[in-house]
Amino acid sequence: MAQPAAAGKYSAGVKDYRQAYWQPHYAVKDTDLLACFKITPQAGVPREEAAAAVAAESSTGTWTTVWTDLLTDLEHYKGRAYRIEDVPGDDTCFYAFIAYPIDLFEEGSVVNVFTSLVGNVFGFKAIRALRLEDVRFPIAYVMTCGGPPHGIQVERDKMDKYGRPLLGCTIKPKLGLSAKNYGRAVYECLRGGLDFTKDDENVNSQPFMRWRDRFGFVAEAIRKAEAETGERKGHYLNVTAPTPEQMYQRAEFAKELGMPIIMHDFLTGGFCANTGLANWCRENGVLLHIHRAMHAVIDRDRHHGIHFRVLLKALRLSGGDHLHTGTVVGKLEGDRQATLGWIDLLRERFVKEDRSRGIFFDQDWGSMPGAFAVASGGIHVWHMPALLAIFGDDAVFQFGGGTLGHPWGNAAGAAANRVALEACVQARNEGRELEREGKDILLAAARSSPELKAAMETWKEVKFEFDVVDKLDAVSA
Amino acid sequence: MKLGTFSYLPPMTPQQVRQQVEYIVARGWNPAIEHADPQCMAGSYWTMWKLPLFGETSVERILAEAEACRKANPGHVVRLIGYDNVRQTLGAALVVHHA
Repeated sequence: MAQPAAAGKYSAGVKDYRQAYWQPHYAVKDTDLLACFKITPQAGVPREEAAAAVAAESSTGTWTTVWTDLLTDLEHYKGRAYRIEDVPGDDTCFYAFIAYPIDLFEEGSVVNVFTSLVGNVFGFKAIRALRLEDVRFPIAYVMTCGGPPHGIQVERDKMDKYGRPLLGCTIKPKLGLSAKNYGRAVYECLRGGLDFTKDDENVNSQPFMRWRDRFGFVAEAIRKAEAETGERKGHYLNVTAPTPEQMYQRAEFAKELGMPIIMHDFLTGGFCANTGLANWCRENGVLLHIHRAMHAVIDRDRHHGIHFRVLLKALRLSGGDHLHTGTVVGKLEGDRQATLGWIDLLRERFVKEDRSRGIFFDQDWGSMPGAFAVASGGIHVWHMPALLAIFGDDAVFQFGGGTLGHPWGNAAGAAANRVALEACVQARNEGRELEREGKDILLAAARSSPELKAAMETWKEVKFEFDVVDKLDAVSA
Repeated sequence: MKLGTFSYLPPMTPQQVRQQVEYIVARGWNPAIEHADPQCMAGSYWTMWKLPLFGETSVERILAEAEACRKANPGHVVRLIGYDNVRQTLGAALVVHHA
């Protein structure tokens, strides 16, 4: 293609991608955006050719030579496949590492990065399946993005919660309650001891409960619970909407009501809406909780799609103060080591490459704030010791059924969760091993909390012990 | 009214408080003591008892300062803080004396 030697000479036609886009001796630059793809090529396509094709199609190339290639410096702009590795335990596919020059991407635009990296190339015929496993965002690019509107430390200060994870609950039934009844459920949870309640992701502004009515009753519930407990409370008011204009209208009303936190679904709502809303939250002092509906469509298949750790990095750049990360122990998918890897990517300043946790690159976040990991889905008081051991303090544990399903109601369910959490934090701080001694810790705490005792009797037998579908590729296989 | 972390558990015994202080010291956090009149506990700021005990690792001395604060401020609630200067947050905050 545009080899310097050929400058000035144009020859039309189709060339192998690897002539221009496979560069095994390329020295990666600190400013390059690096990607690791898992490629399953069609039969007969050599690895180098498939890797080069992915590099080309996700950067400057197309299927044929075009004369306008010679009007620019493709050596400067093209992406390059620079390394190929076996996938442990799976010979149908391989890892290809690709370096993209930073010039290819608009500053501060997660939208633009993903339009390139996971655009046309995913439908490319020469490959049977393609998965984006990880992306290293250079610090130079990270610094062009807004990131979490507030971050973990600021949220702790605004909400006055220290030395423990936060507790939340998604209000159920998730569809069908009137605004006033919904507010009642919120109030009961918050007065019982939770920090937050949450709109389910499906709750936007349906005929049975329009958003403005919901916001009003929820605000009253929060004020009353705060006055009674002396603690700061919040409810993730879902502002996910059909259009950006309606999204901002809802966000403005939440702010008018003095609400501390709102919520958005970053995949169904889209990166453009999410980044705009995160900027609005930063400017208006409102925390932002992020849901991830649709993620499993994109991230669950081991051979095709985008790994969740990449979606998570996209969210940290786009902006959110909380992100759902799976629970490891509940009803939803999530391998433990992989989860530990991506919660570090969400919260820490610098994360080292660690294949045993599925992390393919060092990632430096610079001064970008971290966000709370949210564990939600099928968890209850018996999971508390394991959740605290896995997630540590900078997390939100959300018990939906595990609060509302308490035999004595929401407030008792909330109190049970709060007692269980505080007992586990106390025990951890005393040096006890949570996962080994969890049962004793909870039983002891239940002696002074009838609410916890009843919760433990209700959920004793509920477990979710199915094998995960998206396992880490066995490092030692 | 509730007072943050551990306020849903029974009041700690002196031995349990000591273990929480040991945790703060073991994490390398800077202990500090604050107090407030029960009528004025809302808001982000309570009154500081002296400066934070920067670098203090003696559990005895930390507990003695908390006790000195309690004696000097009868009727006040006393809170023990563990400042995490690396993360710029409070790694721990717990009430060690209820009014």
